[in-house]
Amino acid sequence: MQVYDMPDERGHFGPYGGVFVAETLIEALEELRVMYERYRHDPEFLAEFAYDLKHFVGRPSPVYYAQRLSEKIGGARIYFKREDLNHTGAHKVNNTVGQALLAKRMGKPRVIAETGAGQHGVATATIAARLGLECVVYMGSEDVKRQAPNVYRMKLLGATVVPVESGSKTLKDALNEAMRDWVTNVADTFYIIGTVAGPHPYPMMVRDFQSVIGIEAKQQMQEMIGRQPDAVVACVGGGSNAMGIFYPYIDEENVKLIGVEAAGYGLETGKHAAPLTANSPVGVLHGNRTYLMQDKNGQIVETHSVSAGLDYPGVGPEHAWLKDIHRAEYVAVTDDEAMNAFHTMCRTEGIIPALESSHAIAYAMKLAATMSPEKVLLVNLSGRGDKDINTVARLSGIEL
Amino acid sequence: MSRIQSTFAALAQQKKKALIPYITAGDPHPKHTVNLMHALVNSGANMLELGVPFSDPMADGPVIQRASERALAHHVGLVDVLQMVRTFREKDTKTPVILMGYANPVEAMGIENFADQAKAAGVDGVLTVDYPPEECGDFVSLLKSRELDPIFLLSPTTEASRINTIVRQASGFVYYVSLKGVTGSQNLDIAQVTERLQSIRSKTSLPIGVGFGVRDAETARQVAEIADAIVVGSRMVQEVENSTEQALLGNLAALTSELRAAIDSN
Repeated sequence: MQVYDMPDERGHFGPYGGVFVAETLIEALEELRVMYERYRHDPEFLAEFAYDLKHFVGRPSPVYYAQRLSEKIGGARIYFKREDLNHTGAHKVNNTVGQALLAKRMGKPRVIAETGAGQHGVATATIAARLGLECVVYMGSEDVKRQAPNVYRMKLLGATVVPVESGSKTLKDALNEAMRDWVTNVADTFYIIGTVAGPHPYPMMVRDFQSVIGIEAKQQMQEMIGRQPDAVVACVGGGSNAMGIFYPYIDEENVKLIGVEAAGYGLETGKHAAPLTANSPVGVLHGNRTYLMQDKNGQIVETHSVSAGLDYPGVGPEHAWLKDIHRAEYVAVTDDEAMNAFHTMCRTEGIIPALESSHAIAYAMKLAATMSPEKVLLVNLSGRGDKDINTVARLSGIEL
Repeated sequence: MSRIQSTFAALAQQKKKALIPYITAGDPHPKHTVNLMHALVNSGANMLELGVPFSDPMADGPVIQRASERALAHHVGLVDVLQMVRTFREKDTKTPVILMGYANPVEAMGIENFADQAKAAGVDGVLTVDYPPEECGDFVSLLKSRELDPIFLLSPTTEASRINTIVRQASGFVYYVSLKGVTGSQNLDIAQVTERLQSIRSKTSLPIGVGFGVRDAETARQVAEIADAIVVGSRMVQEVENSTEQALLGNLAALTSELRAAIDSN
């Protein structure tokens, strides 16, 4: 069997990925690439990373058998990888800890980040505070309104939150603005990208830092049920939690990998955030080539999802590649299906999931119903839903 | 010899420097763009840089991003931009036109189709901001086989070995980004630019354009002492933004004349 070994040395996953940036950023990315290559297998660096994951983040996160949910559905047994129990409430912190430690090694006193739902911004502000780094977070002004508690959380942690007024005022515009900051302040600044997108080495580096999720899960599944699950299910916006849990499973051919995108109001409405499922054209945005939601002129279109963290027109290049080689399957669930899963999860398991993760849960519930109880699904519960209660209340017509 | 090359050759004979103003196609409205192009040429521009609007112009500052947004409000796409060049060519067959934009609109059209259509429309050079040379070998070949000049950026941080790689792919001229940052950032540091240009000249005989920080006539004059071409972008676009429709052509012509006079005063 051929061992999966991606990306190539210039960051290509087949035709995807790469380094598509203006010349002004090339040297900064080259510096980062060289430094990451130096430290990614360095025992001392990895030990420091592991220490912080254990003592600061609270890892390993448990795997949990959702017995009542499984019985209610009456099909495959559903297990959750509990990234929602991490410090700051989501998987995002695994990556920010890794990148911030790298920033420190590189002697950069200032870190910047983009954020959509605010989870990556909070995770960045958190580790910046712990390491004594200055932190600036760019956030679309629409998201600043939608995610007010997280904005305040970042400020409490000492970060400066910059609302971005350009374009659609969401995640992609925050990313543009963070890139502009980086190109201007590259000498003293480290850009902590929150997902498996962007120019090389980001998609690889973020995947590597997040793959602790899948590495732990493999061991935990073995301990709990003596074998690996039949399928691993994770939500995909940019795709970092999914890559984190998928990556260690790629060479396990008997384990299906399923990425769940946001179908928003429905794929047929065009108001969604599911470039892989909708087979969007391939293009170039934010430093990499991938499937991209765009119009006939190649302009990036505005996306829609009830979940700010999935509301992104592109997807990490490695997911594009896994789709093409049929190693992973990509599907999408609507806002309504995700909301339904959210409420079911709250009442059946006593867990309030993030709206992002609710997409994975929704698909797992559908899939489990078609399978027998001998089968096992492992779902990445990528974050907790406390941040979403205002959104859920509003959609339910409730004033908090 | 391409139109860009012959323009530089003619200017060199006259001991003059090229003034290259930038405007975004379709800003503030597509009906003005061709008239603006002629007005810029009539008031002293030697070449024109025409921006292709893009929804996510990562390398541009707020001024040029707003220009893109104004053009996109009128749904100006790459096809429309090429039509504008075609119309411009009906009256001007001599002034080189360089398209500046991002990779995605080009890829959406198809790189070969784009190269054909750009050639047919009368485009002379293409600067694709987020296509570093390592990622666009095929595209460069398609352009060159149609005698279109691929224009590449060099930045203050571009290392010596990389400059060699880039100038081997480039033709027409190379575009030196005079500061770290996005278009329209703070003023450039002329001493630093002078030093960098000397190092670039030791590696290539291509003409060198300087841009990304030329905000007024005095800076343009200083840059003209050391560069072969002066690119003025955000300052032009700012003038578009601040002008009423009635005053648009006059204001842009006046600004171009002022820059021309400053450059020629050396």
